[in-house]
Amino acid sequence: MSLYAMCLAIPARIIELSDQSAVVEIGGVTREASVMLLEDAAVGDWVLLHAGFAIERLDPEEAEKTLALFREMAAAGPDADPDPDADAAEPQ
Amino acid sequence: MPIPIPMPMPQNRSNPFEPFRDPAAAAALIAKIRGSWDGPPVRIMEVCGTHTMAIARHGLREPLQGVAKLISGPGCPVCVTPDGYIDAAIALAEAPGVTIATFGDMVRVPGTRASLERARAGGADVRIVYSPLDAVTLASADPAREVVFLGVGFETTAPTVAGSIITAQARGIANYSVLPSLRTIPGAMALLAADPDVKIDAFLCPANVSAIIGTDAYRPLVEVCGLPCVVAGFEPLDILSSVLMILRQISARTARVENEYSRVATPAGNRKAQALMADVFEPCDADWRGLGVLPGSGLGIASKYASFDAGRKFGVAVLSTPERPGCRCGEVLKGMIDPPECPLFGNACTPESPVGACMVSTEGACAAARRFGIGA
Ligand code: SF4
Repeated sequence: MSLYAMCLAIPARIIELSDQSAVVEIGGVTREASVMLLEDAAVGDWVLLHAGFAIERLDPEEAEKTLALFREMAAAGPDADPDPDADAAEPQ
Repeated sequence: MPIPIPMPMPQNRSNPFEPFRDPAAAAALIAKIRGSWDGPPVRIMEVCGTHTMAIARHGLREPLQGVAKLISGPGCPVCVTPDGYIDAAIALAEAPGVTIATFGDMVRVPGTRASLERARAGGADVRIVYSPLDAVTLASADPAREVVFLGVGFETTAPTVAGSIITAQARGIANYSVLPSLRTIPGAMALLAADPDVKIDAFLCPANVSAIIGTDAYRPLVEVCGLPCVVAGFEPLDILSSVLMILRQISARTARVENEYSRVATPAGNRKAQALMADVFEPCDADWRGLGVLPGSGLGIASKYASFDAGRKFGVAVLSTPERPGCRCGEVLKGMIDPPECPLFGNACTPESPVGACMVSTEGACAAARRFGIGA
């Protein structure tokens, strides 16, 4: 996949920070990125990197909640309740 | 019947976002989708080119056949950029003392007479950059040249272009400017939803555009057009579970905005990026290839930053140009035909020798169909 694809954004982790610029790590490779689009970036944050900028933070807790929802969705019976908040999972 | 799905937990992984690719979980979701719908196939438009690419790469279209038809929309910025813009960029590239800096996807796009690649072969200085900030660096390294960045993109890219202008201004770099071709997505979606030729039942909303504009941005669209809108991430599980969310909304006869991509996108979006965009840009009418001029769907450079606007600085205008004969990119971009239905597909138009922009960009529907050997 080309690094230049226009809308591509990849998860990266901030490992160093100085003012508006950060060093981020992507799968073992480091690269410089601007954090001028983020409010209070911090070392250790997961960010979405696009065109040299961290454009937004990634939230690992929300990621886990979404994965839990997937499990629930895939496990529920065929006539699952459309309300994702409802208890749709059948006992295993 | 419960389907056992092995879902690796994100803890203790180097990347907690990897499980969104798990093939076994994807197979379970596909079985679930197929088991939960017996109506006519639901027509879902993926508005974003990155979704188009992910769907083709992971082969998600075929297993959903008969249940959901995934239709590519106008969400590849290169594909919707009209010929007139390329012509203007080439005119700038051929001007003495000008360096063009651009994302790589743009260089092979044919304008009415040539591509930037051809202009470069003819001696023009065209550089591929990864970030608009790299273009600012080029300008500061060589103050004798004018560096023009081709600012092509949607709301994901627009804040980075705004950031480059702010950076150039702060560093007193006067030989940097931008030729903007920035477009906003929700307006185009509203137009497609209202177009009687475009038959869609729901939208898969772009991931990263939504991270910037916020998922609330689709509320007016849902109210006006009554189509379910699900903001979806780019991994296979994101796309599949979003399809399931759409089917559930349709079964329940509801239409609302749902956010599958909550690990990044929030209801309000990235306010800092929004503020920066509001400062640097102002809405303008934009010409979309295949869709025509959509009022207020573009972002032009605000007057207070006029000195960074290459159009004003060099007196270059982006002219409207007629669509190329035989090319059916417009219908592909509206999801009215699948790429192989274009008579040029794979014959006169290939990734090596593209006629239309949908074949050039890696995110284009025709390029994705061709590259991954999938019909549509
Ligand atoms: S095959 Fe080529 S000309 Fe036809 S729609 Fe696709 S990009 Fe356009």
